Amino acid sequence: MAFKIASSPHVSTSLHTNTVMKRVAFCLIPGIAVQSYYFGFGTLVQILLAVSVAYLAEAAVMKLRNKNIKATLSDNSALVTACLLAVAIPSLAPWWLIVIGTLFAIVIVKQLYGGLGNNVFNPAMAAYVLLLISFPVQMTSWVAPQTIAMNHASLLTSVQTIFEINQSFAAEYFRLGIDGIAMATPLDTLKTDLSMGLTTTESLAKPIFSGLAAEGWFGVNLAYLVGGLVMLKLKVIRWHISVAIIASLFVCASFGFLVSPDTFVSPLMHLFSGGTMLAAFFIATDPVTAATSPRGRLIFGAMIGVLIYLIRTFGGYPDAVAFAVLLANMCAPFIDYYVRPRSYGHRTGK
Amino acid sequence: MSNYRDIASQGLWKNNPGLVQLLGLCPLLAVTATITNALGLGVATLLVLVGSNILVSLVRDYVPKEIRIPVFVMIIAALVTCVQLLINAYAYNLYLSLGIFLPLIVTNCVIIGRAEAFASRNSLAHSAFDGLMMGLGFTAVLVVLGATRELLGQGTLFDGADLLLGEWASVLTIHVWQVDTPFLLAMLPPGAFIGMGLLIALKNVIDSNVKARQPKAESVGVTRARITKVS
Repeated sequence: MAFKIASSPHVSTSLHTNTVMKRVAFCLIPGIAVQSYYFGFGTLVQILLAVSVAYLAEAAVMKLRNKNIKATLSDNSALVTACLLAVAIPSLAPWWLIVIGTLFAIVIVKQLYGGLGNNVFNPAMAAYVLLLISFPVQMTSWVAPQTIAMNHASLLTSVQTIFEINQSFAAEYFRLGIDGIAMATPLDTLKTDLSMGLTTTESLAKPIFSGLAAEGWFGVNLAYLVGGLVMLKLKVIRWHISVAIIASLFVCASFGFLVSPDTFVSPLMHLFSGGTMLAAFFIATDPVTAATSPRGRLIFGAMIGVLIYLIRTFGGYPDAVAFAVLLANMCAPFIDYYVRPRSYGHRTGK
Repeated sequence: MSNYRDIASQGLWKNNPGLVQLLGLCPLLAVTATITNALGLGVATLLVLVGSNILVSLVRDYVPKEIRIPVFVMIIAALVTCVQLLINAYAYNLYLSLGIFLPLIVTNCVIIGRAEAFASRNSLAHSAFDGLMMGLGFTAVLVVLGATRELLGQGTLFDGADLLLGEWASVLTIHVWQVDTPFLLAMLPPGAFIGMGLLIALKNVIDSNVKARQPKAESVGVTRARITKVS
């Protein structure tokens, strides 16, 4: 007899994987919409590209493994992975970037470990890290948010730029962007400025930081927050991880801000720029790679929050969500081992 | 004669030090960013391996069991020093690019492993042949991994071959395709780990395919647990 080891929770419900994943994808829509508003149609093109590559790759691997192709494809997990990766990379990045990333996420990070449910790392974030360390220039060339951009790409220009048919827009754009407005994300700009000896107040006076936190990124994060709250309401995710991430990041950032407001930015800036909200609600809550018990999830989330703050502030890369999530993924089995819930009839869980 | 064939197949495929024994992974992963480096380190390891197997096999009857490991290590260290000085003298640029991994051949488990497992128990000719085959098997893995990483990473093959073979060899460099943006992952250690894993998987796939293709051994009638005597 096979001795089956399944991770908790063992309660079964009528909610199946494909429904859960479909709801996650639907809840991404507000964020995607706002992101396309600020960063152009490129985002949508990237998503389309990523989703089609993800389904093709998954079907190919399933064929190689002699598994049921249709059953796997219809669980919608490839859809979510592809969307998460596509919104994390710059909207006008060349097509091969997202193709390499999606192939790596589906084939190596997910299927080589045994498919959905067996992967150790979050596929989208592992692929993001692969792309970031392999192609740092392409991965940090974000266009400026539409509201402050000098010129923006139409749908046709986006497609031409992404598929490298006509590079004139990108050449023009990123040449114009040398002054630092167009090229870098707010967090990147801030990091460069701080390293050049500017204070946060001086750096935050730049147009990219207009608005509440950072231009464009505030809206994007707000939209992901809304999508996340809908997921909480629908009971697609539990609150522990998201709340722990936001709370720990807030506590760390407030501490730094109170100690030295000139060299550390405000907690608001940390919470509403970069990928904070996307990570807190959509990425870290992946049930496969996160800790499973409520207490474990709190520890898991707090760890991600602290890591995001530490890497953003003291690390070499401007945003830290992907690294923080991967490091926490590694710790998840360890956390689960030490935070076992009390079993019925026993005094302690040990 | 079949003994030699067996040694060859063990070293090159069945018991390949890189793919099956997984020995010497540190240099294997660290220096295989280009074919040239891989080949340089592979040949250096090969020389040391053949030399140490010969010497260990020669002294195997005179070394007391208790101190055999220190003796083997001394022999290997002496040989590595010789190879290191040779490369320093004749291929200085390669010496620079291999760096610490050249003296570290001393600690390469393939060498001490073969000395202990094979050379200390077998005759001179067999040991020398075993060293050669194991060394070739190790070099082959290094070169294949180096070629894959170099091709993916910078789109060339034999880049910098002149470091290893002298000025004339710069014509060997093949630009397979032009890469505007190098695929850094292939050049970095994580790429080496992933590439190595895929190579091992490939070997296992080939092995299982070969096994599946072989005709199954004929079953020898009914095998009974207990046969009552028929009188």
